[in-house]
Amino acid sequence: MKKSNDALKSVISIQHLYKSFGDNKVLDDFNLELYQGESLVVLGRSGSGKSVLIKCIIGLITPDQGSINVLGQDVLNIDKIELDEIRTKVGFLFQSNALYDSMTIRENLEFPLRRHSIQLSQAEVDGLVMEALENVGLEHTVDKMPSELSGGMRKRIALARTLILKPEIMLYDEPTTGLDAITSLEIIALMKTIGERYHTSSIIITHDMKCVQLAAQRVAILIDGKCYAEGTYEMLKQSADEKIGQFFQ
Amino acid sequence: MLHFPPLPKNTRLFLQEMGEMSRFIGRFFVEGVRPRYEVGEFFHQCFVIGYKSLPLIGLTAFIIGLVLTMQLHPTMVYYGIEAQIPAMVGIAIIREIGPIVTSLIFAGKIGSSIGAELGSMKVTEQIDAMEVSGTNPFKYLVVTRTLAAMLTLPFLVIIADAISLYGSFLGVNIYENLSFHLFYEKILDYLFFIDIVPAFIKTFFFGFAIGIIGCFKGYYSNKGTEGVGRSANSAVVVSSVAIFILDLIAVQITDLL
Repeated sequence: MKKSNDALKSVISIQHLYKSFGDNKVLDDFNLELYQGESLVVLGRSGSGKSVLIKCIIGLITPDQGSINVLGQDVLNIDKIELDEIRTKVGFLFQSNALYDSMTIRENLEFPLRRHSIQLSQAEVDGLVMEALENVGLEHTVDKMPSELSGGMRKRIALARTLILKPEIMLYDEPTTGLDAITSLEIIALMKTIGERYHTSSIIITHDMKCVQLAAQRVAILIDGKCYAEGTYEMLKQSADEKIGQFFQ
Repeated sequence: MLHFPPLPKNTRLFLQEMGEMSRFIGRFFVEGVRPRYEVGEFFHQCFVIGYKSLPLIGLTAFIIGLVLTMQLHPTMVYYGIEAQIPAMVGIAIIREIGPIVTSLIFAGKIGSSIGAELGSMKVTEQIDAMEVSGTNPFKYLVVTRTLAAMLTLPFLVIIADAISLYGSFLGVNIYENLSFHLFYEKILDYLFFIDIVPAFIKTFFFGFAIGIIGCFKGYYSNKGTEGVGRSANSAVVVSSVAIFILDLIAVQITDLL
């Protein structure tokens, strides 16, 4: 893939990552780079360790060995305050959306702003909440509860919540799982729009081939805990390798 | 070298859970004293856990006071000591029935609610979302709820005792005419400092047990929605058993005083 010099600047660098749960080796010498402005899809079968990988990146899971460098900081060797600082720059869209059931949409969106000790007036907070909601086209839901929204709307609100801190990197965990085909396409389009508008780099974890085809500039295939292959969608689709081919059948 | 046979699976699981529980309690004390303090969430939980439990606890306390008096009355009349009903009911309610019944109802309502809420937050990744939002979920969810349960239960017990005694007063008045003033005077004649203080102090421990067990069961919930149900259920069962064990210990300590 042809990249400009700027795009080749690495924003996430994962080196020799190992993670096991008991006897189950989930990540086994996994290596990966994410470049600035790039949209990278990590493709793998269910249970292959994709979610574990991005949870390691954001510090929710501690790997057994290896290094993860995010925006120039080794996330495995920094203190809690520095990790929180990194987390303001990395947005995480959870597979289950993870909206707080007991809070309204407004409170859900305000939560990261208030918790990251960002000094803002109420007017500024309101402005950011409405801007985030406008980005996903759901301004009218601001005072609703998450339970009043459809699956697709909840996904968009979750996306708005991650966007409110204007992250430099977005991590998407199975963004289209559980959505119908049309809503999935809408979410993929929204992810692309966000990437272009805010110049974010993103890692998308998925096994949805439509999502891979539409959202990926580069694809990394996770097999047996390793980054088995990397390349563009078209390049990997034409691969003669049987293990790669099974994803494109 | 001595060779010991392996422990049965259930014993091993029980000991493992006890170990995890001890670590969880230890973490509560460590996180509880470290800033940042979640004052707003703590007061919110006091409202949800304490204030919103008042109607249920008040109603049951009233019925218990009334029924206890009505059940006692025929026997007391038989022995000709019906005049002692207020004292007997008063001591029973303040020393034992009030704290135990209120705590069990509290465990049923609050223990299950905390277990289910945290369990559901765990399986839907809300706890992880909190962590990436710059929040210590243990402090925000566990410390606040446990402290709220611990500090509101004693006051709920005091209110429940008062309502229960009022129920007893009405119960006495079904059979005979006794003034409110005389009823309470008879109770206070037989009630001492040593009856009230230990009963009040032990409810802090009951509240702590209910809060921490509910949080523990919810925080380590797994296996999806089935796990959430199991967390809620075991939060009630374990905290109810813990209340009786703590009560037994409290009675032994009180007897030494």
